[in-house]
Amino acid sequence: MLAVLAVVGLLVFGLISKGSSGVALGDPAPAGALPRLEGGGDGSLAEYKGKWVLVNFWASWCVPCKEEAPALEKFQRQHGGARFTVLGIDTRDLSSDGREFVRRYGLSYPQLRDGDGGAAHDFGTTGVPENYLVDPTGKVQWLLHGPVDERYLHDEVAPFLPEGKS
Amino acid sequence: MRGRLALLALVALAALAPAAAAEQRASLTEIEKQVMCPVCGTLLQLAESPQAQREKAFIRRLIAEGKSEGQIKDALVAEYGDEVLALPQGSGFSLSAYVVPIVAFVVAVIALAIGVMRWRRAGKGRDEEDTPSVGPKGEDADRLDADLARYDL
Repeated sequence: MLAVLAVVGLLVFGLISKGSSGVALGDPAPAGALPRLEGGGDGSLAEYKGKWVLVNFWASWCVPCKEEAPALEKFQRQHGGARFTVLGIDTRDLSSDGREFVRRYGLSYPQLRDGDGGAAHDFGTTGVPENYLVDPTGKVQWLLHGPVDERYLHDEVAPFLPEGKS
Repeated sequence: MRGRLALLALVALAALAPAAAAEQRASLTEIEKQVMCPVCGTLLQLAESPQAQREKAFIRRLIAEGKSEGQIKDALVAEYGDEVLALPQGSGFSLSAYVVPIVAFVVAVIALAIGVMRWRRAGKGRDEEDTPSVGPKGEDADRLDADLARYDL
């Protein structure tokens, strides 16, 4: 009897721990610490409280990520500053490949590394790229399960940001 | 004669050493069976996704650098976390994946043995109760003895 209860308990735990992940609009964004892709040490979304943050999940092996990277960099140059930043999270990727990707596309915004995909799972991503706009209080205000381009960023994301260069 | 034998033994050892080293050398085919493609959720051996291709290239590079199978798996864990391993590691909580089935098997065998012993004991007791006594008893036995005494067998 005890063994049956133990097995049922394990199954329930498995279901709870695997399921019910992911964020919806208005939810607090997961802000666990992750290693920085370059420079060592850890970083986290929590560091940017008080800023709007466009969290971009990407991987070097992902073709749409290559296509959206220049648009994200351009958007960061236009709007990045005291009140906004893009935050890249390189997920399920080799760290050397990720660093090479950052160099190739000249990405200047901060980058974290999510080798085991834990952060991607916490956000509820279904693939890469995915983008989440997090407000200064840490809540998700906009999300897109797919790549962005210049026009999309201008039309969908820029209206959330404070006037002028953030 | 003894010197020649020693020389022959040395030559044989020298010839076998590279073969033994080659046997221990890590191979992509073997490692692919033991690690996962984290994005596909399948064995790397079965995966052809872009991420899997990069993972295979990473393994090939480490093999070319002369890394052992264990070192390569450690490097993969450092990159992708424990879930990249197809089989749980034999330490920490993961060890329970190996220990629990063995303990469960042993407990099941013991429980079965106890059950069988009790069943047999109960069966034996019932047999003893059910078995009719052999031969006549009381007056019948006396009469039988008397009858038998009348005959000189």
